[in-house]
Amino acid sequence: MVDLVKNGVSKQELLNRHGSVLALSDVNIDIPARRIQVIMGLSGSGKSTLIRHINRLIEPTAGEIIVDGHNVLKMNENELRGFRRHRASMVFQKFALLPHHTIVDNVSYGLTVQKVPKQEVAERSQKWIDRVGLTGYENHYPAQLSGGMQQRVGLARALATDAEILLMDEAFSALDPLIRTDMQDILLDLQEELHKTILFITHDLDEALRIGDSIAILRDGAVVQKGPPQEIILNPADEYVADFIKDINRGRVVQIGAIMDGEQPESGPAIDQGMVIEDALQVLSQAGTNTVIVTKDGKPLGSVRLDKMLAAIARPKSGTSRSGTYR
Amino acid sequence: MNWLEKFPTMERQELRDFKKYIDLSFKEFSRTYGDGIESFFDPLLYFLVWLEKLLVNTPWPLIIIVIAIMAWVGARSWYIVAGTICSFLVIGYFGMWVDTMSTLAIISVATLLCISVGIPLGILMSRSDRLQSIVTPVLDVMQTIPSFVYLIPVVMLLGIGKVPGLLAVCIYALPPIVRLTNLGIRLVDKEVLEAAESFGASYRQKLFGVQIPLALPNIFAGVNQTIMMALAMVVIASMIGVKGLGLPVLRAISNQYLALGMLNGLAIVALAIIFDRISQSFGKRLQRHRESAHGV
Repeated sequence: MVDLVKNGVSKQELLNRHGSVLALSDVNIDIPARRIQVIMGLSGSGKSTLIRHINRLIEPTAGEIIVDGHNVLKMNENELRGFRRHRASMVFQKFALLPHHTIVDNVSYGLTVQKVPKQEVAERSQKWIDRVGLTGYENHYPAQLSGGMQQRVGLARALATDAEILLMDEAFSALDPLIRTDMQDILLDLQEELHKTILFITHDLDEALRIGDSIAILRDGAVVQKGPPQEIILNPADEYVADFIKDINRGRVVQIGAIMDGEQPESGPAIDQGMVIEDALQVLSQAGTNTVIVTKDGKPLGSVRLDKMLAAIARPKSGTSRSGTYR
Repeated sequence: MNWLEKFPTMERQELRDFKKYIDLSFKEFSRTYGDGIESFFDPLLYFLVWLEKLLVNTPWPLIIIVIAIMAWVGARSWYIVAGTICSFLVIGYFGMWVDTMSTLAIISVATLLCISVGIPLGILMSRSDRLQSIVTPVLDVMQTIPSFVYLIPVVMLLGIGKVPGLLAVCIYALPPIVRLTNLGIRLVDKEVLEAAESFGASYRQKLFGVQIPLALPNIFAGVNQTIMMALAMVVIASMIGVKGLGLPVLRAISNQYLALGMLNGLAIVALAIIFDRISQSFGKRLQRHRESAHGV
């Protein structure tokens, strides 16, 4: 079967002729350490399968998963268990808490599995319960908490093992929008302090743009584009991606540095290149001019005029690839 | 067109030989291995006799107190405890105490036996679809085949007595616990199991920490069903020499003693209701964690 795919048999052909579904093929992603890598795709694009390959909850048919130079697929049962216990922990879409355990027992589950001494388990899990803001709920059962709180338990459970890799499978997708934003804030807060390598799966583009340091877009089991959020918005690789991003609020995502040109105007407010257009517009309207100077670490780099900003946040016509329009 | 009107059957002589062959070979088998199989079940017999003697010889107030305490521990309801005490007092008053104790002994041993065989079998079944497809039809047969049919080989093999009676009860009472253990473990939320796996839980940690605890309500429903079916077999078991409440019922049938039959029958019903209520409310208490804070 693997050979068929390597010889170029298409997904549809494989399904029709052999009854096998090609879930993922030719997915090569370098995940940056200590950053948030978002894998984004619609349902059926293979993203949940992909994340389960990393800790081998689903066994890949072929390929390699290299973590710090070690191939996860070559690990024997014991090494794999060690990898799951100490290196990579996971947060699930539907929380997947143990319903018969209290919150504190859920948070300490990973440590209990490792047979860490009781005293240490209690201290470490309490620390994370406090950190995610669930102090006082230690002896409740999961069913007694709201969805958002349950997912905080899921997050605390994953963090309690001190694994440096965090696999988050649509972790916030089951929550309502306000709570979801809350949870994203909690995650970003934690990340600022912990610097974990996070693999975050989502189908929500806004979420991807908000938390991702790097995004890979998955379609039908293949990566259609990968790169930082800016690049994906400004240079969608194909119509699929362009269609995908046409409805997002560009003003909140596109940074001023990405649309500047080299001219150096004599006057105007100076802003950092990392500022998003929405904020830059505010600076402009307060300053009463229509050109800003873009700086990096305080040194001027170039400038952006108001009409350029407006063009950048305008919604592109659907179905047209805008590759290279801005650069 | 003779074969259309009359079903084409085996030659009468051939059929007779065929039956004779089966009978003789089974007789041969039981003659050769009967003693061995019987001694294999000896520990079971000793345990059953010991328990029966214990129940019969212990002063009745002590038994009632112990049962009342068990009812309280199981059900945590004064209502059920009071009902249990009253039932046993009435049973004793109508002179059925010793028979009830015998029945209690065989039901307890049969239930323990079914649990110790059924739960591991159910766990194995939940692990393998292949085993499930083999065991399920066997369980179907065990549940539907008329009890008298398997009494014949059991009696041929082991004679008349407590052990064959116990086996007959177990054959009938085993399927629900196996089925419900298998079902309960298969129904455990896949994502929760994945979560346990993703934290590096070993096979044992998954089984005893996640699968069995979450399947417990179903397993308990199985235990409850097993007890009920064991009680239902009491009368049939008494046909092959098991003492207890079944024997007077049997006597009542052959002599048309209405009152005797009714009283002993009602005593069996009382036992069934008591066991059912206690084990059901115990099973419900195991699921307390499912209640949410919103009083649902």
